[in-house]
Amino acid sequence: METSARRRFISALAGLAAGALLPARAARAQPDPFAPLVRKITDGAPLRAGRVTVDTPLLADNGHSVPLKVSVASPMTEADHVRSLTLLSEKNPRPVMATFHLGPKAGRAEVVTRVRLNGSQRLLAVAQLSDGSFWSGSAEVVVTEAACLDGS
Amino acid sequence: MHPVNPVYWLFCLLFGVFAASAAEPPRPSPLKSGIEFASEDLRKLQADDFANPGMLWVARGEKLWNEPAGKTGKSCAACHGAARQSMKGVATRYPRIDPGAARLVNLEGRINLCRARNQDAEPLEHESEELLALTAYVAHQSRGLPLDVAVDWQNRRNFERGRELYHTRIGQMNLSCSQCHDRNWGKQLLAETISQGHGNAYPAYRLEWQTMGSLARRIRACFYGVRAGLPDYGAPELLDLELYLAWRGKGLAIETPGVRR
Amino acid sequence: MLARISVPEQARRGEVMEIRIAVRHPMETGFRYDNFGRPIAKNVINTLVCRYNGAEVFRAEMGSGIAANPHLQFYLLAEASGEIEFSWVDDSGNRGRQRAAITVTD
Repeated sequence: METSARRRFISALAGLAAGALLPARAARAQPDPFAPLVRKITDGAPLRAGRVTVDTPLLADNGHSVPLKVSVASPMTEADHVRSLTLLSEKNPRPVMATFHLGPKAGRAEVVTRVRLNGSQRLLAVAQLSDGSFWSGSAEVVVTEAACLDGS
Repeated sequence: MHPVNPVYWLFCLLFGVFAASAAEPPRPSPLKSGIEFASEDLRKLQADDFANPGMLWVARGEKLWNEPAGKTGKSCAACHGAARQSMKGVATRYPRIDPGAARLVNLEGRINLCRARNQDAEPLEHESEELLALTAYVAHQSRGLPLDVAVDWQNRRNFERGRELYHTRIGQMNLSCSQCHDRNWGKQLLAETISQGHGNAYPAYRLEWQTMGSLARRIRACFYGVRAGLPDYGAPELLDLELYLAWRGKGLAIETPGVRR
Repeated sequence: MLARISVPEQARRGEVMEIRIAVRHPMETGFRYDNFGRPIAKNVINTLVCRYNGAEVFRAEMGSGIAANPHLQFYLLAEASGEIEFSWVDDSGNRGRQRAAITVTD
């Protein structure tokens, strides 16, 4: 009787250990590099994917200057507009690239500029709307000549 | 009477045929500007007169053109008036022999000569903001006009030296300009397409430089690329090479300010 | 600091105007070295503000992730005739300012 109880206890322990390991392994396999940055921007509020479009070329000529367009589907009225757009980089030494503050007087939620990219990576644009919600869009760029840290 | 030696004449015939086939065409055909090898983004950027970063230097050049300079306090405009008229076509004829200095000069050199002679002003340094701005502004007035440098008795020796250097293997990689830009243009070198190596868009904004640069800077970068010693700015071999390039690109429209990777 | 701006001279009330600005600035990242191996100090335009008749309508907070000689394009709703003014400052405190007049018709 004592032996089977011990066995049951040990197998329960093993089951618990296996159960505890599984989610940790899953997290290590897919860490989101943007998560801590997004948390700071949204202050814990949920981030939904959509409404934000990030336009970049698939292949950049040179990482020092890559064209980028961020736009948000928004009527840009007093009641419903984009308050801010934050550009995040996955691989740059400074991950927050820029924040653009718009408002209802903008008329259109769209900003075009050129950015520096430290190698091939994903870019994330986080938009805060007037109702306090957060939306995101992303794009992947292949960069053969990296900016920032390639020594030149 | 000596008998005709058929072997001798056969040899001459074969040698002649061989020599004729080995002689390379002097200029690439069809002639293509570097912009034709560039990506869609670069082409759009160069064509957009506002977004083209080189236009910042052209704008600065316009300001400098109208500002008093040197001990005379005269601006370029004081003698030359509106650059749009007076400088039109000028850049198409450089490099050329300057009679006063009795040597070959490019546009940058000519601007500095003018400053010294007519404004009593110090020469602007190579690759300085001001020299790039003025050179870009002057060259920009010839945008769309074809390169039209003349090779004559005055600059023939410069031309020959430039041509010889163009076809000479240099550097640790032992490569000549001709090997890439005459024989392999259009092919891929790592992630890039080899252009024909013309200078019609210079001074140009290179994304890699993150700023504007002269043709001399670009040629020096090529010397670096084959691991050869870099000629100094203003060195005669660089100028001779610029003359050869201008002749070689004859007919191509000036694009200044160009945008390149 | 040299800059070029593109603002329509005239617009109809309620029209969405395309606004552009290009500034001559190296946007020095702070990760580069000079020819003597000395680090070049970071210096970027960190803030650029656009005001329309005195009211702030656009603000860009930028870092070294924005390319050298920054070019920005954004949009503004044409409201009233007056002035559109850009002002910006870099890390070392250098300031720039440029303005353009705009006529808004009904």
